[in-house]
Amino acid sequence: MADNGKQHAPHRGDMTGAKALWATLANHGISTVFGYPGGAIMPVYDALTFYPEVRHVLTRHEQGAAHAAEGWAKATGEIGVCMATSGPGATNLVTGLADAMLDSVPLLAITGNVASHLMGTDAFQEADITGITLPITKHNYVVRDVEDLPRIVAEAIRIARSGRPGPVLVDIPKDIQLAAFHGEIPSPHARPEAPAPSPESIERALDLLRSAKKPVIMAGGGSLDASAEITALAHAWDIPVITTLMGLGAFPSSDPLWLGMPGMHGSVAANRAISEADVLLGIGLRFDDRVTGRVSGFAPNAAIIHVELDAAEIGKIIRTHVPVRGDARQAALLLAEGAQPSPRPEWTAQIQEWKGRTVTPETYGAGYAVKAVVDRLRPDDILSSDVGQHQMLAAQLARFEKPRRWINSGGLGTMGFGLPAAIGAGMAEPRVRSVVIAGDGGFQMTAQELATLKMYDVRNVKICIINNSFLGMVRQWQELFHEKRYSEVWLGDSNPDFIKLADAYDVPGYRATTAEELPAAIDAWLSDPKSALLEVVVPHEHGVFPMVPAGAALYEMIETEPVKSPDLSAQMQDAAEEASEA
Amino acid sequence: MTDVQDHLLSILVRDEPRVLTRITALFGRRGYNIKSLSVGSTEHPGVSRMTIVVSGDRGVVEQAIRQLEKLHDVVRIIDHSLEKYVDRELVLVKVAITPESRVEVRQIAEDFRSRIVDVGRHALTFEVTGDEGKITAFIEQMRPFGILETMRTGRIALTRGSNADIPAHVYHEGETQALQPTLEVQPREERARHVPNLF
Ligand SMILES: Cc1ncc(C[n+]2csc(CCOP(=O)(O)OP(=O)(O)O)c2C)c(N)n1
Repeated sequence: MADNGKQHAPHRGDMTGAKALWATLANHGISTVFGYPGGAIMPVYDALTFYPEVRHVLTRHEQGAAHAAEGWAKATGEIGVCMATSGPGATNLVTGLADAMLDSVPLLAITGNVASHLMGTDAFQEADITGITLPITKHNYVVRDVEDLPRIVAEAIRIARSGRPGPVLVDIPKDIQLAAFHGEIPSPHARPEAPAPSPESIERALDLLRSAKKPVIMAGGGSLDASAEITALAHAWDIPVITTLMGLGAFPSSDPLWLGMPGMHGSVAANRAISEADVLLGIGLRFDDRVTGRVSGFAPNAAIIHVELDAAEIGKIIRTHVPVRGDARQAALLLAEGAQPSPRPEWTAQIQEWKGRTVTPETYGAGYAVKAVVDRLRPDDILSSDVGQHQMLAAQLARFEKPRRWINSGGLGTMGFGLPAAIGAGMAEPRVRSVVIAGDGGFQMTAQELATLKMYDVRNVKICIINNSFLGMVRQWQELFHEKRYSEVWLGDSNPDFIKLADAYDVPGYRATTAEELPAAIDAWLSDPKSALLEVVVPHEHGVFPMVPAGAALYEMIETEPVKSPDLSAQMQDAAEEASEA
Repeated sequence: MTDVQDHLLSILVRDEPRVLTRITALFGRRGYNIKSLSVGSTEHPGVSRMTIVVSGDRGVVEQAIRQLEKLHDVVRIIDHSLEKYVDRELVLVKVAITPESRVEVRQIAEDFRSRIVDVGRHALTFEVTGDEGKITAFIEQMRPFGILETMRTGRIALTRGSNADIPAHVYHEGETQALQPTLEVQPREERARHVPNLF
C-alpha cells in the first residue's frame, strides 16, 4: 500500500518528532531551509517529503547553508533557517553561527545528533555541538523529550528574533526525531514590543543636542529598521549622519547630510567629523574597534548619547554620557519630535569641505573596477560582498538609498561569506538582482556553491570576482607593517580559470582585464538572463585608502595611498605600538 | 579604575543542563574573575541559586551583570552591594595539635562557636560558619598552630527583610517544573530591580 509520499501534515497522534519539526516550521511561516543531510538527521529529511510547503535548498557545504540563511535574513529582516547532520555537519555550521552572532542576524540552526542513549559516548559522528556553540549562539537547546520539540523550536525562533537578534541552535537526537509526538503544534509567539526609551533619557539627550555646536549622528546595524525615523531626525535637527559598515543604507547616501562610513577604512568626512564633534548620537551600534580606532582617541571632544536595545553594549567600550536604552525607531521618533533646529553654518561648511576630499579611483585597479560595478546598480539591487579589500572598496564606493540592500560579514569578517549569502538573498528576493563582489581568495572558500545556483536555476545572482592574484588585504598589511615581506599571500600561479570554473557549473562567465574592456563586460554580465560571473583582472598591488592603522586614532588616518616611502611602515609601526601600550 | 573590589551577586537560574557552564563560560570569556562560586537548589523546583563573588571595579561588575542578564537561563540577578544582605560561608579547617596546644586550640574554637567535626591523633578539624570577617579571623587565630588543610564552600547570601528574592508570582502553580521556559518570567525592568537603572 504505497502512498504517493506527498500528503499534507498528518494529524495529531500519527506524527513523529521529525514531522512535528516541519509542522512547527511551516506554522511559523518558514518557507525555505538551507541544509545538508546525513545519518543523524535522516528522519527529518524523510519527513520533509510530507511538507511540500517548505522548500529545502541543498547547498554544497553546511557553511554555505548557514551563510545563505544569513543572506536571507539580512535581506528580509526575517529569520533564516539552516540545517545539518550531527558531528561534521554540525561543526561546519559553526563559522556561520559565529558570524550571525557578531552581526546580530536572526538565525535558527537545526542539527541532528546521535540517539540519546549514545550521546556522551563518543559515538560515530557525535559532536557536542551545544557545548561547541555555547559562546557563539544567543541560546541553544538539546531536545530530550519529543513532547518538548515543537515548543522548543517555537521558543528558539522567538529568541532569535526578539530584542537584539541572533542565532539559536536546536540539537535533536535521532531517536527524538523518530519518536511519536502527541501534543499540539504551537503557533508563532507574538513578537514582543521593543522597550521604549525612558522619557528622562530622551529629555537628557534633547538637552545635549540643543546645546550642540558640532553634532553628528552615527547609525549602526541596529538602526536599519529605523531608517525613516533617523532620516526625519537628521533633517529636523540638520545633523550630518555617518553610517557604519553594518548600518549602510540606514540613511540615504544621496542625502547631502550623509558623510559615509567611519573607522579603519572610513571616509575622511566621517572620521574627521567624529574627531571634531561635540555631541555624538550613536544609534543601534556597539562601537566595534574597527569603527573606533584607538578608543582613547575616539570622539575626544564629544559627549556621547548612545541609543541601544542591548543594555550590555551601553558603556562597554565607550564612556556614555547619556544612555538611552530602547528601540531605535521610538528613540529616533522622540528625538525628532523634540527638535529645535539651530543653524550651524560653520559646522556645515566644514563638513562640506571634508566631503569634498572623497577620492574616486582614477587609475585602473580594484577600486576602479568596484566603482564601475556599483555605479551600475539599481537602488533595489542587493549588494553583497566577501571579505577583504574589495569589501572595503564596495563599502566606500557603493551608494545605498534604502536599508537591507547591503549584505556583508562585518563582525567576524568571514571569507567565503559572499557567494552563499548572495544566493540566500537572491532566493529571498527573486525579483531583484543579487550582486556579490568577491576576491579571488575568498571566492574559493565557498566556490562550490555555484552548484546551488545551477541546481535551483537561480537567475538573479551576479558574481563579480576582483582578481588581484593576492590575498589583497593581508598583502596590504604586509606592505605597510611588515616591510613588504609577502608571506603566503600569492595566489596568482594557482588560481583556477574562473570562467572555466563557472562554465563547469553552467554559469556564464565574462572577463575584463583593462579599463577599456570593463564597461562592455559589466553590461553583458548584468544583462545576461541567467546568474553570471564576471572576473575583473586587476593590477596586483593596489591598496585601500583612507586607512586608519590598527591601534591609531581616527584623526591619525592616512587619507590617500601614500607614495611608498621606506619609513612609512616604521612610522605606522610606532603608532601601533604606542597605541597598544596606551 | 583602580577600585577593585569584591562584589557579591546572587544569580537565579533555570535548572537546565549546562546552565553552570553557560554562566562560568561567560565570566571566563569576558575575563571577569570569579573568586568564589556556590550553587544549590531553591525552594522552587526548577530554579537554582548561585552566589558568585566577582572581583573588579564597578564598571566590570555592571558589565558582567548586563551580559548575564542576556542569558536565557538567567531569571534574576541580585547585586548585594546595593541592599542589605546576610551572607555566610562554611569552612572546614584542619589544625595540627600537640599535647601542649590542644587545650588552647579548643578554647579558640569555642570562642568562635566553631564545632569539632573530626578528631585525629595530631589534628582537629573544625567547622566554622560565618561571614568573611569571622572566617578570616578564625583562620588567622589558628595559623600559628599549623593549618594542615582548609576547604571553603564559597559565600552564599540572601537579601535581608521579608521580601523573597523570587516573588511567588514568578511561578506556575501546580506545575512540577516551576519555571516553564515559555513563561515570560518577569519584565526586564522588574528583574533588574537590584541593578542600578542608568537608562
Ligand atoms: C576565513 C578567513 N580566513 C582568513 C581571513 C583573513 N583575511 C582577511 S582579508 C584576507 C584576504 C582576502 O583576499 P581576497 O579574497 O583575494 O580579497 P582581496 O583582499 O584581495 O580583495 C584574508 C586572508 C579571513 N578574514 N577569513
